[in-house]
Amino acid sequence: MKKIHYSEIPGKNIGFWAILGMLGFFIAVGLGSVWHMEHEGHHVTGMSNQIIWGIPHIFAILLIVAASGALNIASIGTVFHKTAYKPLGRISAWMSICLLIGGLAILVLDLGRPDRLLVAMTTYNFKSIFAWNMILYNGFFVIVGVYLWFMMERKMNQYYPYAGLAAFVWRLILTTGTGSIFGFLVAREAYDTAVLAPLFIVLSFSLGLAIFVLFLMGVYKGTERELGDGLLNRLAKLLTIFLAAVFYFVLIYHATNLYITNQHGFENFILADGGIYTTLFWLGYVVLGTVMPMALLNCPKPAGKRWSIAAASALTVVGAFSLLYVIIIGGQAYPLEIFPGKEVIESGFMDMAQGGYYQYSPSQWEIMLGLMGVSIFILATLFGSKVLPFLPKSLADDVVDPHAK
Amino acid sequence: MQKMLLGLAAGLLLIAGWAGAQAADASGIKAIKQVSETEKCVAPKEEMRRTHMQKILHQRDETMYKGVRTTRHSLQSCVNCHVAKDDKGQAVDINNPKHFCSSCHKYTAVSIDCFQCHNSKPTDPVVTQPIVGNPDFIHPVPLKSSAEVSQ
Amino acid sequence: MSNTEQPQTCQCDGDSCDNQRRNFISKTAAIAAGTVVAPGIFLHQVAQAKNAAEAATDAVRWGILVDTTKCADGCTDCIKACDERNGLTKENRPEIAAHWIRKVTLRDKATQKENSLPLMCQHCEHPPCVDVCPTGASFKRPDGIVLVDKHICIGCRYCMMACPYKARSFVHEAITDQKAHAPRGKGTVESCTMCVDQVDQGGQPSCVTGCQHGAMLFGDLKDPESAIAKKLKEINSVQLRADLSLNPGIRYHGL
Ligand code: HEC
Ligand code: HEC
Ligand code: HEC
Repeated sequence: MKKIHYSEIPGKNIGFWAILGMLGFFIAVGLGSVWHMEHEGHHVTGMSNQIIWGIPHIFAILLIVAASGALNIASIGTVFHKTAYKPLGRISAWMSICLLIGGLAILVLDLGRPDRLLVAMTTYNFKSIFAWNMILYNGFFVIVGVYLWFMMERKMNQYYPYAGLAAFVWRLILTTGTGSIFGFLVAREAYDTAVLAPLFIVLSFSLGLAIFVLFLMGVYKGTERELGDGLLNRLAKLLTIFLAAVFYFVLIYHATNLYITNQHGFENFILADGGIYTTLFWLGYVVLGTVMPMALLNCPKPAGKRWSIAAASALTVVGAFSLLYVIIIGGQAYPLEIFPGKEVIESGFMDMAQGGYYQYSPSQWEIMLGLMGVSIFILATLFGSKVLPFLPKSLADDVVDPHAK
Repeated sequence: MQKMLLGLAAGLLLIAGWAGAQAADASGIKAIKQVSETEKCVAPKEEMRRTHMQKILHQRDETMYKGVRTTRHSLQSCVNCHVAKDDKGQAVDINNPKHFCSSCHKYTAVSIDCFQCHNSKPTDPVVTQPIVGNPDFIHPVPLKSSAEVSQ
Repeated sequence: MSNTEQPQTCQCDGDSCDNQRRNFISKTAAIAAGTVVAPGIFLHQVAQAKNAAEAATDAVRWGILVDTTKCADGCTDCIKACDERNGLTKENRPEIAAHWIRKVTLRDKATQKENSLPLMCQHCEHPPCVDVCPTGASFKRPDGIVLVDKHICIGCRYCMMACPYKARSFVHEAITDQKAHAPRGKGTVESCTMCVDQVDQGGQPSCVTGCQHGAMLFGDLKDPESAIAKKLKEINSVQLRADLSLNPGIRYHGL
């Protein structure tokens, strides 16, 4: 492999600034809707006492999970010594920081009392996985920041494998922590399983990689830098493996549930008559998010083509979004079983939902809040690449040997 | 950059000094009170000005976590005693600049969120008889009428 | 007034004697307060009631026994008493309205037997809401009452996700004219407080005093002499979702 030269992306043309402007606009709109939500109270959202966490949380968890996954690229280079991935280390680390910022921004701004952020940062209940996550997220910024610095600073270069290892371990714990947010909710049928944490980890691999690939393709096209087919195909192959792994864990999740009689009601709800949730599961996650990208990546005809890799990556994101929606919102839409063996025939507090499950229709405010987080992520990643040399000047196959070990 | 920091520091000092002066000398900041002439505040005026926040915040934790229900430093008792009335003779709420707590905080640019939850008006006919067994204790629970109490 | 628990004589040494005297005084206080709180209703018992200046201790554990066989179908007196006392208003928006207590009617899937009962925060000994709360705003007092310290609640709603009883609600909009003893405000989570300020002064929760059918019995689960403890010893009762081993302070008879 040749020596890799990094440089800032020029970002001088109108297109670049137009994109930044658009992202800025989305962020402004998002902040406006946050102001509205906080001023009016959460009644302007679709969230309620039944659907407690809504669309903002899907976006937030999507970004946080992706953050861990995006760092995977750097880890493969540093920890597993795959030289082909090494040139991607810097941008992978930077992107993961930006993803996490975007996700956390959503979470914080959705709080009922975002003005009390200081309280959240200073008073901890160490029994709470949420509190641990706050520590994990803050630590992530520090560790990945150091890792990035070591990668870029020649004097520190010799230490970066250690920082890389630390970041790798930290990131796995972080995703376990994020998955455990739900795993600790023993009372809810959807979450009462140990599979959720590993499912989140593999989901982070596929999702993070897909977002990474999309970003890379976009930027290299936009800046007219070279991105080799060999490297892309290698990433695509990895994506296939990750997609399969996610599918395997989803399979286990539902298979174990089907084994437990208690859970049949919930499984029936998700897999057969849960309306939007059933649709999202089968159409969104299984067909669009798993079968299609698998086909695009592996059928001889489209395989290896740029459009098909891009489409497969985009579909992976769609699939992950659907899956998270089904798990997080579907899990709440299914009413709690407070009285096993009994049927609630009347209640003053919606214990029996209309048509068997609770309805949720997100309002524009919470959707804009979610899009704000995504925009923050893209804007920060682009802006960072403009001011610091994160991206290699060329990723052509003769520069980066895609078949290197 | 240095200039900016200097400016910032000077500004902060100014504000702090001004606020301190305001708190120290009461000209312009009057407790708008409605209490019988004989009733005094729960501590001397000067002390109250300086330390009322510690007192109520301490009381808050005592009540919240330990269930201590003395009324001496309870937020409700402040509000019940310091009542300002509008032209129509109605007690004003916190949004009115005449309200005791906002009258002063406006000057000192203190913003408190307490009255998002706590009622800033003395809505309840507070019973003033001490409850049995504890002379220091005034019943904060609203009662239907004092007639029922004496039953 | 039936108060059989007053110590008539005091034949004991120093410490516990003091204790008993204190009990006596505070019981008297409790009864007075209780009468005040709910005129015309006799207290069944209030053991170990503390006076207002005392801190709550773990010498007691407050609980409620709900006798579903007495709970009348269609009656919502306890709900009304709670709403009234805590200033909860419900403006036709059931999805976001605050429910500290609710009436539920059940039908057994196998036997078709119907039950009607009030459901509220179960004041668990091992409350999941407390475990998950990131700031420690959800907490359990020494006497077993589970509360939200709204002063440090950030409104993340994780506790609502964790509660097996759907006992908590989130304040979705600004509130004005709150009851002075029940501060509530936008952006924080709330639930049944067992009318803690009344209990602290030797009173009882409003739902209990509001029930005309004698279906709710409030008292100290730890005191073997208390009416609730005696009753629990005598009749069958269950905890909701006992499979989760949370040991709630609310027990149900006749389910
Ligand atoms: C989000 C709602 C909320 C906000 C905001 C709030 N409180 Fe409270 N406060 C409560 C609740 C609930 C209680 C508990 C009442 C009880 O247990 O009887 C309480 C109790 C108290 C008490 C003890 C009861 C009393 O009346 O003395 C004090 C003192 C107190 N708060 C002070 C404050 C102060 C000072 C602030 C502002 C810095 C504040 N609170 C802001 C909800 C709130
Ligand atoms: C019994 C009625 C009463 C209660 C209860 C009470 N106050 Fe006062 N407060 C007064 C009176 C009367 C004054 C004026 C004292 C004076 O002029 O010497 C006063 C003065 C003050 C002042 C000084 C105002 C000034 O003129 O600079 C502050 C601050 C204050 N009170 C705060 C509080 C707070 C906080 C509480 C609740 C813990 C409280 N008060 C409870 C009656 C009361
Ligand atoms: C004499 C003027 C004055 C009056 C009257 C007054 N305050 Fe204050 N208050 C202040 C000042 C000045 C501060 C800021 C002190 C500081 O920051 O050190 C303050 C701070 C506070 C704080 C702490 C705020 C924080 O964020 O730390 C609380 C709570 C508070 N006041 C409550 C009240 C209540 C409730 C009343 C009405 C009963 C009241 N105050 C009336 C002057 C006053």
